[in-house]
Amino acid sequence: MPSLGADMAAATLMTWGVKPGDSVKRGDVIAEVETDKGLIEIEVFQDGTIDELTAQIGDKLPVGAVLAKIRESGEKPAAPATKPPSPEKHVRVSPLARKIAAELGVDLSTITGTGPGGAIEKADVERAASKATPPAPAEPVSAMRRAIAAAMAKSNREIPHYHLATRIDMTRPMKWLEAENARLPIQQRLLPAALLLKAVACALKQHPDLNGHWKDEQLVRIDAVHINFAIATRQGGLITPAIHDVDGKSPAEIMAALHDLIPRAKEGHLRSSELSEGTITVTSLGDLGVESVFGVIYPPQVAIVGFGSISEQAWAENGMLGVRPVLQATLAGDHRATDGRTGARFLDSLNRHFQQPESL
Amino acid sequence: MTADEIKAAIFASLAPIAPEADPATLAPNANFREALDIDSYDFLRFLIALSGKLGVEIPEADYARLATLESMTAYFSKSPALSGG
Repeated sequence: MPSLGADMAAATLMTWGVKPGDSVKRGDVIAEVETDKGLIEIEVFQDGTIDELTAQIGDKLPVGAVLAKIRESGEKPAAPATKPPSPEKHVRVSPLARKIAAELGVDLSTITGTGPGGAIEKADVERAASKATPPAPAEPVSAMRRAIAAAMAKSNREIPHYHLATRIDMTRPMKWLEAENARLPIQQRLLPAALLLKAVACALKQHPDLNGHWKDEQLVRIDAVHINFAIATRQGGLITPAIHDVDGKSPAEIMAALHDLIPRAKEGHLRSSELSEGTITVTSLGDLGVESVFGVIYPPQVAIVGFGSISEQAWAENGMLGVRPVLQATLAGDHRATDGRTGARFLDSLNRHFQQPESL
Repeated sequence: MTADEIKAAIFASLAPIAPEADPATLAPNANFREALDIDSYDFLRFLIALSGKLGVEIPEADYARLATLESMTAYFSKSPALSGG
């Protein structure tokens, strides 16, 4: 069971997608587990053949528990031990049904779905709730809220944060974006988020000390830039899946990745690598009108970048006062890994990349 | 296309994005995004779906004219592609 974030202690095995004897390669999805963040697809990290399924559907497994044994090419198969569990049909639950079940205190595992493919829908939950006597009291704190609380408490307990902020003149990037979007069909148009993520990735390549993990009392730099992007769910939670290799993607490719990732994140259907491999987090609350975001680092990462809204503000330059679209960018850094000088230089690089949007 | 048909297309495009939204509760002049708690990404997703359903291209410069149900209906009612004009 991989760790899908600092806030995760265990997960429940929901389905197997493979059986003993099946060949797998790195990245294949072999199982689905239910976590506080929703249903997550578990990928394998090596090529080989499934030798044994060691966990049963319904098992609640701690991080680090063995789910399956994979035999590498050339290895002899292990002697059969116990009868492996047979793959079961995957029961799907609509987001609305899941939300209502949480509100009404209905255990989804006790419901037989009547939707397409046996999916549990709103009506199924309401029917089950009406039969339950007496109704269970609603959870005062959702599972996702508890997970966020655990991660953020761990961060504030263990990470000595430093915070920096800078204002960025967004005239050039917004003009570039406007011109790009004017020539693109709506399906391919870019949101400012695509530029924000690319600019962060470019600046990180110049300041790699901010891109990595703090492990065993030392900074482990990571070459690849996998950015966790904070996404608010309609149920009121927050999930931060990673977009992989952002530095090698164009803004259009980042936008395509967002089109893939955001709907799946909101529906609670992510892959394990998207929750475990992030090297930095970016959070943007500009939609809600805030000017600044001072984030809390998501361990074991060592930095988080925050963006507020892009809004018209007074801007003085060369003795002249004008009105320009301005973005406030912030950085929270782990003082064990870097100091404010590194953070300040990162923000300066970020600004420089925004001033050359055509090169992003 | 009638105003009711345009509204039907709007709500059909909205359903996958805000499945809990009840069209009957949305005031015609309420800010669409605020009332339904729709972020900028979901608003783009909604417009992509609506553009597809109505067969109308929506320039980014016109997004500001799509702030309420009323203004959206008026905008598409005047669209040459839908009004036959």
